[in-house]
Amino acid sequence: MKSLLAPFRQTTGMARWLLVTGVGIVFIFVLAALLAPVIAPYRFDQMEDADGQRFTKLSPPGPGHLLGVNDQFYDIFSRIVWGAQTALTVVLLAVLLSLVIGVVLGLVSGYVGRWIDRVLVFIMDAMYAFPSLLLAIVFSFLLKGVFDSIGGTLLFGMRPGVLSAALSLTVIYIPQYFRVVRNTTVSAREATYVEAARAIGASNVTIMSRYLFSNVIQSVPVIGTINAADAISTLAALGFLGLGIQPNEASEWGYDLSRALDDAASGIWWTGMFPGIAIVLLVTGLTLIGEGLNETINPTLRKRRFAPITLPPRAQEVVAK
Amino acid sequence: MPTKPDIPIALDVQDLQVYFKLRGSGLSRLLGKEGGTVKAVDHVSLRLRRGEVLGLVGESGSGKTTLGRAILGLVPATGGAIEHTSGGESVDISKLRGRALREHRTKVQMIFQDPHAALNPAMTIATQVGHPLVIHQKLRGAELRERVVAALESVGLAPAEQFMGKYPSDLSGGQKQRAVIARSIILNPDVLVADEPVSMLDMSVRAKILQLMLDLKHKLGLTYVYITHDLATAKFFCDRVAIMYLGKVVEIGPTDEIFANPRHPYTQALLKAIPDVDPAKQVPRDLPRGEIPDAARPPRGCSFHPRCPLARAECGWEPRDLKALVEEHWTRVPVDEYEHEHAVVGGLRELNTDAKTVLVQPTRGGTVAEIFAMFTKIRDENPDEPLWSGVTRIEQTPDGVAFDFAEPAEIALHPAGSSEVACVRVNAQ
Ligand SMILES: Nc1ncnc2c1ncn2[C@@H]1O[C@H](COP(=O)(O)OP(=O)(O)O)[C@@H](O)[C@H]1O
Ligand code: SF4
Ligand SMILES: [Mg+2]
Repeated sequence: MKSLLAPFRQTTGMARWLLVTGVGIVFIFVLAALLAPVIAPYRFDQMEDADGQRFTKLSPPGPGHLLGVNDQFYDIFSRIVWGAQTALTVVLLAVLLSLVIGVVLGLVSGYVGRWIDRVLVFIMDAMYAFPSLLLAIVFSFLLKGVFDSIGGTLLFGMRPGVLSAALSLTVIYIPQYFRVVRNTTVSAREATYVEAARAIGASNVTIMSRYLFSNVIQSVPVIGTINAADAISTLAALGFLGLGIQPNEASEWGYDLSRALDDAASGIWWTGMFPGIAIVLLVTGLTLIGEGLNETINPTLRKRRFAPITLPPRAQEVVAK
Repeated sequence: MPTKPDIPIALDVQDLQVYFKLRGSGLSRLLGKEGGTVKAVDHVSLRLRRGEVLGLVGESGSGKTTLGRAILGLVPATGGAIEHTSGGESVDISKLRGRALREHRTKVQMIFQDPHAALNPAMTIATQVGHPLVIHQKLRGAELRERVVAALESVGLAPAEQFMGKYPSDLSGGQKQRAVIARSIILNPDVLVADEPVSMLDMSVRAKILQLMLDLKHKLGLTYVYITHDLATAKFFCDRVAIMYLGKVVEIGPTDEIFANPRHPYTQALLKAIPDVDPAKQVPRDLPRGEIPDAARPPRGCSFHPRCPLARAECGWEPRDLKALVEEHWTRVPVDEYEHEHAVVGGLRELNTDAKTVLVQPTRGGTVAEIFAMFTKIRDENPDEPLWSGVTRIEQTPDGVAFDFAEPAEIALHPAGSSEVACVRVNAQ
């Protein structure tokens, strides 16, 4: 935990400024998500007020409906606030799951080597090479099919649509953690302290969890925040395509944005503008955090990021018999 | 060899071999070519009695670390046995695997060369020093803490409280090595392998660490395998010394005997490298010439022969030595002479072998007679060069100049005085 948080404390100058701005923006969304029942005047799927009176379809921002009403009779402000809850839940779940799975697979693959490593590297590289949105679409289709066949309205306390969105995002981010952790592990495994751990009789599981883990996860927080930003936009894209969370399951900005397309032509700007701003703001906030951390953790990496590094081929690879 | 039969043997290394397979490049693997083999430890036998300190001395690459790692089962033995006796029970460490091997590590421990790398940078000193107890005896809480404090104080990290919460990066090199030693003794092992424990430390703390290791030995009844490339500390520290060269023990004997009466030419050369040896005892020859050979293709016969100032006909001369001789000759002659000779014989690739017979063929521009003349000239420059004693035939044939090399003698350890030495000169006596 200490090493995970260290990069946050070590920031300075420009990086700190980026980080603070990003944290500020994200903090507002987190508040909105946590306090949604208090802040939002209506439920995300509410179409009428307490007296049973339907909202006026497409009414503009004004008293009663701070940001207006959209074409499905939903209060836009409430949709935005509940949407923050949906977005952050999905992204938190996706990032945590992909982080745990990616780190564990990377550790095992890098430490154990042999065929396990070759197979995993092959699969992960293939997944990484695939356009992530396409991968997310495929997986959300598959998962939706599976969840529909299971039936029920709640899975692990979540709507099936929310869970399948989170899981399909999980899948597309696993390779990033895997690659970083696996490569760091391959070099750390040769360190003397690993041999020393073996010499005191530590088992492979102990070596991986107590000796390698804390030394190979340095860059994981950065990947986590950058992925979170990416996950927000991918989630919105899925919703925009109608493949994500359905409007009666939870409020989702991307879906609302797609509904607003027709309105824009007739001069109704508020139905699309506000979900759009919410997406852009949250993505920006998370990106700022990621970049701020990246600057701190690896200042040289940023400059070299686009320069190809080619290693000379190894003439002879040394392997213990 | 005078032994003390009343003291039981703690460690008996019998004919141990540790070979590493080199994997060839991708292409040569596709073509079905095998990579070479490094014989890091090549038929080594050693015996340690309880409480004894055995020094393993040799230049870098001689296989000392690999031998030490094999004693802990950290590298698999290719052949031979490592019998460890403790409490009347004997186990062959080289045959242990998995859990049994890990459990055996309670009795044999290791101190590493680089204290800066041997500690986990992300663990506190108290946690890592106590970790062996957690792993093997499942101690925790106050009991664990008590043992950790005792271990830290016994290695001079006192008061222990001051060090327990620190990370390795907070400690100096000497303090780190003390922590490594504390970790290695906390399980009460009876054999400690110390791999150049002071070579990475400042001069000022070396003596203190060595003294600490001696104190611990007496206090805990430890048996040491002390690895070093530095004969001076071996003299201070060891009861017996084994000199290693390219994976083999070339001389082994009591420390006093090795220093007073070195018999192997390599030992003699190493001793001369120590600045403060009595000048009257110095051997009247130069330091070994040349570099340590490639371990994947060790020299034929006695592997020390290319560098040995006392080598003879039967020491294992081979075409590669001839190539080295010509190349060395070329560094001394004027440029035009070098260019002429190089044009006649080419790159001498045919000499890259350890065959008994070899044919040096002229290039398109050269003739057999010119090659013969060149070798004759080189030979006349220094007829005493021991290589020529190992060449049994030089003959001009229609295709080139043919060389035959003498059959190498059997090189094995033989008793000499109170030592054992692997050298034809000593065998003959
Ligand atoms: N894991 C390994 N794989 C291949 N070769 C190795 C390995 N470990 C050591 N070697 C080779 O074995 C030889 C002996 O090495 P080492 O035991 O480290 O010698 P020393 O400790 O005396 O310097 C060297 O040639 C080295 O390159
Ligand atoms: S056998 Fe003895 S004399 Fe011959 S090369 Fe080896 S060390 Fe020198
Ligand atoms: Mg070594």
